[in-house]
Amino acid sequence: MRIESKAQFDSAVRSAKKAAAGRKLDILVCCGTGCLANGSAKVAEAFAAEVEARGLAASVGLFTKKTGCHGFCERGPLVVLKPSGVLYTKVKPEHVPEILDKTVAKGEIITKLLYKNPATKKPVEQYTEIPFYKNQTRVAMRNIGQVDPTDLEDSLAHGAYAGLARALFHKTPEEVIAEVEVSGLRGRGGAGFITARKWRAARKAAGERKFVLCNGDEGDPGAFKDRSIMEGDPHAVLEGLAIGAYAVGAHEGFIYVRDEYPLAVVHLTLAMEQARQRGLLGKNILGTGFDFDVKLSRGGGAFVCGESSALMRSIEGKTGEPRQKYTHATDRGLFECPTVLNNVETWADVGAILEHGGPWFAAMGTEKSKGTKAFSLVGKVKNTGLIELPMGTTLRHIIYDIGGGILDDRPFKAVQTGGPSGGCLPESHLDSPVDYEKLTEAGSMMGSGGMIVMDDRTCMVDVARYFLSFLVEESCGKCTPCREGLKQLLIIYDDLVAGRGKAGDVARIERLAAGMQLGSLCELGKSAPNPVLSTLRYFREEYQAHIEQKACPAGICRDLTAYEIIPEDCNGCHACFRACPADAITGEPKKAHTIHQGRCIACGACYTACPTDAIRFFPKVALAAAASGQGGAS
Amino acid sequence: MNSISCADGQPMEAILERHPREEASLIQVLQDVHRAYNYLPCDVLVQVAEALDVPVAKVFSVATFYKAFSLDPQGKTIIKVCTGTACHIRGSGQVIEEITRQLGIGPGQTTSDMGFTLKTVNCVGACAMAPVLIVGDQVHGGVKPAKVAKALNQEGPRDAH
Ligand SMILES: Cc1cc2nc3c(=O)[nH]c(=O)nc-3n(C[C@H](O)[C@H](O)[C@H](O)COP(=O)(O)O)c2cc1C
Ligand code: FES
Repeated sequence: MRIESKAQFDSAVRSAKKAAAGRKLDILVCCGTGCLANGSAKVAEAFAAEVEARGLAASVGLFTKKTGCHGFCERGPLVVLKPSGVLYTKVKPEHVPEILDKTVAKGEIITKLLYKNPATKKPVEQYTEIPFYKNQTRVAMRNIGQVDPTDLEDSLAHGAYAGLARALFHKTPEEVIAEVEVSGLRGRGGAGFITARKWRAARKAAGERKFVLCNGDEGDPGAFKDRSIMEGDPHAVLEGLAIGAYAVGAHEGFIYVRDEYPLAVVHLTLAMEQARQRGLLGKNILGTGFDFDVKLSRGGGAFVCGESSALMRSIEGKTGEPRQKYTHATDRGLFECPTVLNNVETWADVGAILEHGGPWFAAMGTEKSKGTKAFSLVGKVKNTGLIELPMGTTLRHIIYDIGGGILDDRPFKAVQTGGPSGGCLPESHLDSPVDYEKLTEAGSMMGSGGMIVMDDRTCMVDVARYFLSFLVEESCGKCTPCREGLKQLLIIYDDLVAGRGKAGDVARIERLAAGMQLGSLCELGKSAPNPVLSTLRYFREEYQAHIEQKACPAGICRDLTAYEIIPEDCNGCHACFRACPADAITGEPKKAHTIHQGRCIACGACYTACPTDAIRFFPKVALAAAASGQGGAS
Repeated sequence: MNSISCADGQPMEAILERHPREEASLIQVLQDVHRAYNYLPCDVLVQVAEALDVPVAKVFSVATFYKAFSLDPQGKTIIKVCTGTACHIRGSGQVIEEITRQLGIGPGQTTSDMGFTLKTVNCVGACAMAPVLIVGDQVHGGVKPAKVAKALNQEGPRDAH
């Protein structure tokens, strides 16, 4: 039924809340991408089937919900029981009857499925007590993992569209912009532009037809917060867009979704249909006379299409080449009309800001970076997953308290933020608070919130080369500094990792980088040297090792690295033999093994597999030295 | 131009029906065509150009700009290895090498029996489970080279008949 007044909206929310409160127990099965890959769909099916077979839905009010990503992907499939808050990890379909028999029927906890705190070795019952969750503050991700993203009623029970109702029933468009201004909200998609300023410019721009766009391209590799928001709480995105449209006077919107995110397309499409049916989108929203509708546009798999002018060209059906910015998109954007483009997370914040007020949001964060920020914490860290924290949290807190420290307790080396436009920060920056200014000062940037943790087994020259090869592929090729600059840089880096580095390479790199920053047409080219420059700034000695000693200190560059087994430490467990993809290891079980240098491809699989640390790596040049009879390593 | 029918039995006309006949629909139409044929056949591109009244050159420029489109026929099962940052530092390079060793194809190539096409993608948004391998629709996380054979075989038998 369409909601056509404030009274009807309030009563719809009341009845949705009543329905939710009437259930004795909700079984929340995470069906985010990570858990799905670990088989959570089967777990959800098993719950639904068992609940049905035992008639529990009617008798005790049991309800199985497939939710979006709970964030703790490392431990999936995850199951949370509500209201008790018990979290079970790594749940398999065969655990389902046991959970129903013990936990649901008798309130007994199944200890083997609980998360064990690695520090205290004690199992933790409540998910809110797990350090990974305890330290988070969720705004943009407020409902992810709590609601069934395919069910509008469930979202309404959890406060969806309350912000939109407050905007439409109680505020003028100017007042909405003022509220967002007070909140201090800045763009969550990269540069951190002040959201209210953008909206006001579009509101003032001349023209009848205006657009609001949602940037769901999430091109930074290693970032997946936008995916989780679109999949796990699509109504938060729609609500934000509708509020933004009301504020700037737009009646049309587009959500541009990355090609690799099919589930996001499904959930957004469904959410749009449901919202239209209830009068939350479309003509005469909530009976206020305000019209606004949204279309979905699927990306074609091009990184540059995350850039605002390229994204608009792409929605117009053209190749995604950026334009020179003589005019702002807020004056002439999509189809030459005034346009506001914001990131998925930015839009998701808007609804909460309108519901709880600008001052509430502004109370969190730092002086210039307000509110909370979502990050995907990945790489060589123990607890990988999705987190949201107040701005200004230190990297150390994020990596060690929430992330649980470095995988296998290896030494920390760097954390990469900001994707291909960002940089790598070393240990000396672990205590600096994370906000827009601090990251930029340190030579990185906020970007899409990807936080990739690197340990001592990461070569910083290789990481810089990795981003260059990424960008060479993704540069649209329109302007010369970006197209050619990247190519020339990559040639130098290919030489560095292959042991062909020469004196003067670092100076050449810096000159090319400066030229690209100066002459490139769009931010892709202008920011492309960041990974290169930040690794040079903090890890220059690794460059020197590659150039002068022809050595890769991390043992990652294969042309520069050799491996050998230390016979005294080898217990002959055969693990390296099994791990070697090149048949380069021989040895009988229980006796010391040998690596045959001629066949070894220096992939390091044996090094990772060895349980007794009996394998060591060393610069390959030592082999040649040994062969020519000058001694050195074996 | 309404005689061509797509792989799933859906006439070209039906794809065009779903979208307004204007330049702005070009990418969406190509995406539907790609889904139906598993690639973009040249003659169909010409038809799309006619139907949307867009120059053929423009259609090709869009078709070659976006990574999602392939102008060559692709294997029955698409293998995607994520080479995003999180997967790169957790060893996606070794996963690709292992696939190449097993199937004899490199990234962008298709096996001679048209069974598999190997592709690399820049992050599929499952970074917490790096390195990620997608075979058909099945997402595999935490993939070690030793797990590759099993992941490929799961798809194999289903494909055989
Ligand atoms: C090469 C390039 C790629 C970008 N990719 C994205 C992206 O994937 N997602 C995003 O929200 N913004 C991306 N941006 C930033 C957008 O241009 C734009 O600033 C942003 O979407 C505005 O939204 P915000 O103010 O809410 O952050 C990219 C920028 C550049 C230069
Ligand atoms: S980097 Fe591989 S899934 Fe994101």
